[in-house]
Parts: sequence; C-alpha cells; structure tokens
Amino acid sequence: MELEFTSRVDYIWALLPEIVLSIGAMVVLLVGVFREADDDPAAGDASPLGWISLIALAAAAMANGWLTGIPVASASPMVAVDPFRLFANWIFLGGAGLTILLSFPYVTRQRLQAGEFYTLILLCTVGMMFMASARDLLLLFLGVETMSIAAYVLTAFNRRDRRSSEAGLKYFLLGAFSSAFLLYGIALTWGATGTTNLLEIGEAVAGGAAVPGLIMAGMGLLAIGFAFKVAAVPFHMWTPDVYEGAPTPSTAFMAATVKAASFVAFARLFMEAFPALYDSWSTVFWWLAALTMIIPNVVALSQSNVKRMLAYSSIAHGGYLLVALTAANEMATAGLLFYLLVYSIMNIGALAVVMVASGHAEERLQIGDYAGFGWAQPMLGVVFTIFLLSLAGFPGTGGFMAKIYLLQGAAESELWTLAVVLALATVVSYYYYLRVAWYMWMRPAAPDLTHEEVWVPLPMRMGLVASAAILIFLGIFPGGIIDLARAATHGFFLAGVLP
Amino acid sequence: MTEPSRIAPEALEAVAQTGSGFNPLLPGLILLLPLLGFLVNGILALIAGSREGNVLRSAALAEPDSEEERVDLQHKEDAPRRATHTLPTWVGPGVMLGAFILTTLNFLRMLGSGLQDPTVITYWSWMPTGTLAVDAAIQLDQLSMIMMMVITGVGFLIHVFSVGYMKEDPGYPRYFAYLNLFVFFMLVLVTGANFPVMFVGWEGVGLCSYLLIGFWFQDREKADAGKKAFIVNRVGDFGLLMAMFILFATFGTLNYQEIFAAAPTTLVYGGGVVTAITLFLLLGATGKSAQIPLFVWLPDAMAGPTPVSALIHAATMVTAGVYLVARASVLFALAPVSAAAVATIGALTALFAATIALKQYDIKKVLAYSTISQLGFMFMAVGVGAYAAGVFHLMTHAFFKALLFLGAGAVIHSMHHALHATHKDWDAQDMRNMGGLRRHMKWTWVFMWIATLAIAGIWPFAGFFSKDEIIWYVGTSAPFGPLYAVLWGMAVVTAALTAFYMARMMILTFHGPNRTGEAEGKHLHEAPLTMTIPLGILALLSIFGGWINVPQSVRDSFFGGFGMLPMSSWLDEWMAPVTAAADAIRLEQLGAYAYQSPVGGGHVTWGFIATGLAMAVVLAATWYFRSKDVPTAVEQGAPRSGFGKILYNKWYVDELYDRIIVRPVVGISRFSWRVVDRVLIDGTVNAVGAVSKGTGWFGSLFQTGQLNTYAFILALGALALLGVLIF
Repeated sequence: MELEFTSRVDYIWALLPEIVLSIGAMVVLLVGVFREADDDPAAGDASPLGWISLIALAAAAMANGWLTGIPVASASPMVAVDPFRLFANWIFLGGAGLTILLSFPYVTRQRLQAGEFYTLILLCTVGMMFMASARDLLLLFLGVETMSIAAYVLTAFNRRDRRSSEAGLKYFLLGAFSSAFLLYGIALTWGATGTTNLLEIGEAVAGGAAVPGLIMAGMGLLAIGFAFKVAAVPFHMWTPDVYEGAPTPSTAFMAATVKAASFVAFARLFMEAFPALYDSWSTVFWWLAALTMIIPNVVALSQSNVKRMLAYSSIAHGGYLLVALTAANEMATAGLLFYLLVYSIMNIGALAVVMVASGHAEERLQIGDYAGFGWAQPMLGVVFTIFLLSLAGFPGTGGFMAKIYLLQGAAESELWTLAVVLALATVVSYYYYLRVAWYMWMRPAAPDLTHEEVWVPLPMRMGLVASAAILIFLGIFPGGIIDLARAATHGFFLAGVLP
Repeated sequence: MTEPSRIAPEALEAVAQTGSGFNPLLPGLILLLPLLGFLVNGILALIAGSREGNVLRSAALAEPDSEEERVDLQHKEDAPRRATHTLPTWVGPGVMLGAFILTTLNFLRMLGSGLQDPTVITYWSWMPTGTLAVDAAIQLDQLSMIMMMVITGVGFLIHVFSVGYMKEDPGYPRYFAYLNLFVFFMLVLVTGANFPVMFVGWEGVGLCSYLLIGFWFQDREKADAGKKAFIVNRVGDFGLLMAMFILFATFGTLNYQEIFAAAPTTLVYGGGVVTAITLFLLLGATGKSAQIPLFVWLPDAMAGPTPVSALIHAATMVTAGVYLVARASVLFALAPVSAAAVATIGALTALFAATIALKQYDIKKVLAYSTISQLGFMFMAVGVGAYAAGVFHLMTHAFFKALLFLGAGAVIHSMHHALHATHKDWDAQDMRNMGGLRRHMKWTWVFMWIATLAIAGIWPFAGFFSKDEIIWYVGTSAPFGPLYAVLWGMAVVTAALTAFYMARMMILTFHGPNRTGEAEGKHLHEAPLTMTIPLGILALLSIFGGWINVPQSVRDSFFGGFGMLPMSSWLDEWMAPVTAAADAIRLEQLGAYAYQSPVGGGHVTWGFIATGLAMAVVLAATWYFRSKDVPTAVEQGAPRSGFGKILYNKWYVDELYDRIIVRPVVGISRFSWRVVDRVLIDGTVNAVGAVSKGTGWFGSLFQTGQLNTYAFILALGALALLGVLIF
C-alpha cells in the first residue's frame, strides 16, 4: 500500500493513530458512565478504566507503528506523514500511557471520575498528535485547541479542591489570551502569503512573495502563542500556579507531554514555514532561551514546595529545549526529540512519586516532608533519586546525554553563549534537585511522619522501576534511540539555511 | 549516518588495541568488582535501613552530639549479629582485595611489556552520533596504572580498617555501599580514555563524597558540611565543563589520545585558547583538590567517618586535580601562564593551609589543613612541569596521610570509648584533652611517628624523597623568572611549618601527662587488630615507598647508603612515556637548562639542608611543647586575641565567602522568589481568600489584579518580541 492522497480514504489511513485513539477515548467514556451507574463498591477503583485506556493507547501505538512502514508517494497538503511526526507520536503515547499507569492510586484515592479523567487524557493526546502532523495552520490550531481545552479541564478536574479550580480558571483565561495571539498570527500569515499550508508559506517567504511587514507580524504573533504554550519566559507566569494547583497526574502530563507536543509543533512550524527568516526568529528564540534558562533556575533555588520546585524546573527544561530550536540544525533537532523523550519519562516519574508521597489531600508537599522518605520507602526513594539525578543531568543518566546532545547542537550552530548559559544553569540546578534527594536520605524522618502508609500498587511499582531503568539505559547506551531521532529529523532541519 | 549502535553481546567484549605486547587481564573487572560490591551492600543497606527507620528516628530525637554516641545507641539493637551486618564485612573489603589483585597482575604485565603508547580498551560506543563520537573506553597507561594501584591498594587497607571502626554503626552496610561506589567512580575517573568518561567518575566521586561526609546525617551540622562540599564543587565542575566545551570546539573530539596528539600542532604556544582551556581545567582541579579559592569544603568534610577522610579526603579523590593536570600535561606545557598559575596556587595554598594548621586543636582539622597543604605541593610540582614528581608525592602522601588519618581514627575511637565509659561530655577529637596516649596505644604511637617523620620530610622516610624533589624542581625553575624564587621560598617555609605542626600534633596527642582524666584514663586502649594491621602496612609503605624514585647522585651519596640501599629512580622512568610529549614541548620552548640547586651544590647538598631543617624544627617543636603546660579544652577555650585567634579562625575565609558570595546569591534568589512568588502569587492567593467571602471567588480573581498582572506581563513580552522582529 502507498499513500498518494488522491482519495479521501488515504487521509483515513494517514490519520489512523488519531482515529483509533479517539474511538478508544469514547469507549473509556462510555464504560466510565456505565460503571458509575451501578452501585458497585469497586467502582471507586480507577485501574479497570486505566487499563482500557492503556489498551487504547497501545492500539494507537500499533497504528503508529503500522504507519511508519507505509511509503508516501506524494506529500499531503494537510497531514504530514513523516518520521518526525511518528517519532513525536511515540513520545505522546508513551507519556500518556505512563501518566495513566502511574496515576491509578491517585485517581482512586482522590475519588476523581476515572472515566472522564482518562478520556480527557486520551483526547488531549489526540490533539497533540494532530499538532505533530499538522501541515496546515488551521489544522494546527485545531490540534492546539483540542489539546489545550482538555488540559484546562484536567487542571480543574478535582472539583473538591479549590486550588485545582482556581488553577484551571487561571490557565483557561490566560490560555484563551494566548490562543488569540495564535489565531491572529494565523490570520496575518494568511494575509501576507495567501495560504495556510506550511510548505507553501515557506516557498512564498523564500521567494519574496510575502508581504514583508505583515509576515513578520504574523510570525511574531505565532511565536508568542507558542511561547505561551511552552512556558517560555516572560510568557511563563501561569505555569507555577497551574502546575502547583492541578491534580498531580495532570501536572505530570502537562509538564511533560503537553510541553513536548507544543515543542514539536513549534519546531515544525518554524522550520517548515519560516526557514528563510531564520536570522530574524533565531534572535528572538535566543533571548527566550537565555531568559528561560536563567530565571526559573534562580527562582527554583528558594522553593521549599517540591511540586512548585518541579514546576519551575519544567520551565527551565523548556529553556534548554529552546536552545535546540534556536540552533535548528540536525543534531539539535534530533537532540530535541531525544530530550523530549527522556524529559517525559523523568518528569512524569518524579511527579508520580510526589503523587503517592503527598498524602491524601496533597498536604505533604514541603521538602521537609521528604525527610527520611528513602529509608522508609526504599523502592520509591531509589527511583525518585534516579529521576532527580536525571533531571539534573548527572552523568550516566538519560538526562545527561540529552543535555550533551543539546550542547552539541548549540556548538554546531556556534551558539557559544547559550551553551555556556546551559552549562551554568545545569550546574545551578543540581542544587535544588539534589536537595530533595538529600532530604530523602540524609535527614531523619520527623517522629510524626508516616511514610509507611504510602500505597503503591504493583503496576505502578513496575512502571516506576521500568522508567528508572530506561533512564539509566539511555544514559549508558543512548546510541539506538539517538539514531532513531536523527533518522526522524531527516530532511527536517535548517542545515541549508544556516551560515 | 553513523553506524547504528545496537548493543550486540560481542560489543561488550573488549576490543583492545594492544600495542607493545601489553595484554591487559580483565581490566573491566577491576571496575566492575567495586560496582558489584556497591549493589550487594546497597541492597543490604536498604533492607537494614527500612527495618531500622524507627531506630533512626529515635536516634534523631535523642540528639546525640558526637560520632560514636550514635554507635552506642545501637549497642542494644544487636545489629551486628544480623546478616545485613555480617555480609558487608566480607563483600566490602572482598571486592577491593579482588580489584587490588587484578590491578597488581595488570601492573606486572605492563611492567614487563615496555609499553609506550597507552592501551585503549573500548567497550561500547557511548555517544556515537554526530560530530562528537565518544566511546565508553578506558585507557591503561603508566599514569592510570599508578593511580589504580594506589586506589585499590590503599583502598583495600582502609576497607579493612573500616571493619573494625564501623562495625557497630547501624549504617554499616550503607557505609560499605557508599565506599565501594566511591572506589568504582574513582577508578572510572582515572581510567577513562576521554574527558566525558572521566567526568562521569569526577561527578560520581563527588556524589559519594557528599554522601559519606553527611553519613551521620542525624547531626544537622554534619549534613550541612556535605552540602558545603557539594556547592563548592559545583564551581569546579563548571570549570571542567567549560574546558571540555572549548576542547570540543577546538578539536572536535574529547578523546585524550586525539587531543594530546593534535594539541602541539593545533594550538599556538601560549595562545588564548589553550590558556583558557587550561585555566578552566585548573578551576575544576582546585575544586576537587581543595586549593585556593575552593579549599573551604575540605576541613568541613572531616565531619564524615575518619576512614572516609583517609580514603577520599586524603589519599584518592582530592588528588584528582593533580591527576587531571598530569593527564593534560601536554596542554599545560603549551600554556606557560596557566602552568605558572598552577604552581602559584599550589604554593599559596600550601603556605596558607600550613599556617592554619599551626593553631588547630581538633586532630582531624590539623590533618585536613595538612592535606590541603600537601596537595599544594603536588600542584607546585605539576605546575613547574615536574609531573612525575607530583605523582610521586601523590603516592607517598597517600601512604603517610592515610596512615595519619587512620591513626587519628584509632585515637578518636579510643578517646571516645574512654569518655563514654564515664559519661564525660568532652570533645574526643580535641588534642588538648589527650596527652600521654603513647602509654595506652603503643603501636598507633609508633606508626604515627613514622608517618609524621615522613610528612616532615626526614630521611629515610618516603616524604623526604618526594617532597624535597618538588622543592628542588621549583627552585631549579628560578631561571624562568623571579616568581619561582618566591615560590621556592614559600615551599621551604611551608616545609618547616609542616614539621612544626606535625610535631605539635604528636606531642599534644601522645606525649606529656594524660589530660583525659583519672577515671577516663583507665579506659584508653589500643585498637583491635583489624585496625592496627592496616596501619602497620601503611607504616612500611611510608618508610620504603619513597625509595622508588631517587636520583642517581643521591643514591650514591649518604642518603642512598652510598649505593648500598635498594633504591632506584624507577618512577621517573616509568612515567616517561606519559610525560614525554609535555617534556618535549617544554624543552623546545624553554630550552634545556641544567638542574642546579637554588642554594648551590647538587641534590645531595640540598638533601642535607632539607632534612636538617626538618629535623631541627621537629626537635624544636618537641622541646617547646613538651616543656609547655597544656591546658585542657574546657580550661582554655578558643583563643581570644592575637594572631593565634586569626589562625584558629582560619583567616576568617569562611566568613569572607559568606559575606561576599553566599549572602548575595541567597539574596538574589529570595528576591526573585519574593517578587515573583510572594507578592504576586502568595499574597494574592491570601487576598482571594479574604475577598471571596464577600463577593465569591470568581469575581475576586479579577479584582485582585493577579490575572491582570500576568496578562500585563504577557502583553509586555509580546510587545518586546514583536519589536525585536519588526524593527
């Protein structure tokens, strides 16, 4: 079989992963409704619906794998079927799967409506997959909104917790604000070039057919919209509030996977539509990257709330990823994909430990609450330490390799200052990550703490151990994955445009 | 596209480029054994730790205030009889013995092979992609082999000592887990065939060091000491990262072999690039090796168990900086400014730390400052291009300083048991509370005197040969400028100070009347055999360890028994293949110059002067302190005035750093946090709570200005971004 995009059926094949996952989301929703209808005492247990969701994700992953093997005869105007998209899909599906797997005890304990919660995660993932595949500004916008609206609801999901509702509302209002920027940018870009197709925009800009001032304004507004989505400084103000207030599985999902999707779409948009304007936008990205690396790292130093610290940490990681966008060469783009993969695993893993350690009403989030945690819960302590080391970029972990690839990418584009800032930021970040590990192992538990009551079911244990093992593996044998990531960037970076 | 790096089973088998008949014997196993020990002990520690979580908690509540008090809390717990406490005794030292035997076998093989070029053993392709290709590879050459011998040999002895010292500690398996892991990373550091692999070891030993400094973490002060070491070393690590970055940008590779081969042609002699690289390397080295300006963490690191101080903070990890300079000798030879900086920092640190050691009363603090001072000597050596001399002193120092620390550990052990027996709350580490211990601990006394004579530089002990060789080399560099004459003078003064403070330490501890107290004196006793036997072996090494590197003229003189004693200049010849490239550059750039003693005459004259000076100082100090009436710590307290007060307070460097660095950084972070967090977020969240009672929180959210602020900043950012793009 070959995709030619001559008939509509080809579009169905090209969007098979998205379609499969959408159907899966509906199934989860329906099953959830029926489970709530009968008065089964076991209805509170989130894991059956979780497993169905995981099956849906697995089916979508299979569709994604199938699509990887399908040759494409001619490019589609709307939907990209390229390795970049398919690799990104693995990250989204994996991130969603990991979030769901690790959230069973939380969702059960907090009495969240599992059916709706997991449905939203799946639909959010569908939006992400559309973002990765969109080769048209309008499709891109649809993807962004599908993802974002699901994310707003996921943030506000715990109706019993006022922090959650407040965070959801804040996120929604500011998100709407940024969507307006995005939409206006799309309109201006269309006005300047007469098309919404990324490749055609690219040709128009390169050929000088675009209206000069208008295209700059359009591009700038698009950049602002995405800078908000990836929480780049100074468009990050919402992030600490939202990440701290949201139910922790939502935080994990947003900080890792939602951010990954935004970066993937950001990269495709600027590399396909505006390669000719690299000189202009790389300056902007340079500043965004520098600010986003410096400020959150400094602020994170004085955080005593672990969830909030991880929120600032996730902003800082966005800064490192912006370095890859600024460099925009093959190595950097492959590094971006590799980083997103590693980052999703370690960030979801770290927040998953926070989920179970924070107590019934998420009341134990202070760093002091982690004193002696490692000795009371050795398995959680060890994996959490690995996640933190990897987040810090400790040699031998996936996080270290990811940073090395970004540094290499920066070096190849001769972004020396950014590389130095990245190295300095990493050095600073060691402090606040390892401080948590320090408390876990090197501080005696307060007499009134009851770490022993932490409930971690077997699937979650296995998920955490597997995540930690993958991080170590990627630190020692990164070769296979980075080669895949490089293959995924084939023909998809600005090598030709660079000086 | 590069080759996809599937990890096939055969890839894990070593691919050795065997050069001149050197056939390494399972070198990977040397590294794997300690790692295995870590895994086994680590699992035992987790089992024991989770079981004893409540014990730790009760220990924290009781707030014991000294090292061994915690140990005593555990006496009733019959912990030592459990499997988690008996297994580490065999696993911990066992893997070290295995590693040491394997290293020795490899050493003998290398010795017999006449190896010239390093043997690189590649295990797998670690970072196979793009322009940066880095293998997980180790490099066996004369330098790494010497380091491995020291690490596994001295390491093994210290592991054995630890069995006696730590046996009763509830964290016994955890202790051996950390110690084994440390050895693994230290071996990675010295065997890595490229900078990234070395960096893995570099970071790893740091991590283990913090863990072990804060080992008795129930004590907040001790845990904070680990934190200080951690923060100070961040600065050094940044230097190392920057150096690697510039190296990569310049050479496109990070492999030692490629860089050092290309350096003489790629880099301009004395040029900006090589100077920048080496200065950043030096920054990294000063962090790890506790040199000015980053030395402040090492004295605090003494909060860890004493065998840890011996292994990590005296014999091995802190010498990593010296190793780094010796490893990158080609680069330092190309950068005369940086090399001079290395020597100058070394001399300054040596003198500075020696003055502080004069007035410390804590026996471990004396040894800590002494270590910093001796590391300064090593820096001087590698700074003036005498790489073999630096490595020589590194080795002999590992012997006698490990001996001194372990001996101090035995003393503290004994003191503590005595003080504990009568529930006296005196400081077990304060030398003013000791005195006359030689009557109770004869062997420890003898061994420590041997080490003291060695460090003081008195013939025929090891330190005489290694330290005076360094002073000699610094002095012979005088033709390159007056700087070296000054450094030489500082080195000589430092050597005299060393003899003085060491003699002071010995007299206060072992001689004169016992000041511990009537009742306590009865409880002072010699350490068990597991502790004294390692001391004895180290004492032998402290005597004869120096005989392996003696110049011909000295061997033929009185100092070599007129050729009768079994001495040789083996180490110089052994190290020649490693230092050849750097020596060639120095010869080409600086020209040949005859080594002659700065005070006229040859090696032998200088030897008489040096050992005579040291002996005179030791005798003078002995006479002075023996005739002095020493008050106990309680009677005297801290010096309250005069120069002694300044030295006692370590020249107030900690206070200075706190004032000019720590407080501003904390201030900036707090400020950012207050502006971004407190005022805009926490403040408004509270306001939401207050206002929402009346108006409903939805409305209040808009009225508080919080969202408005966010939107306002967002809009400002948008304007700035568009401004940059359009104008």
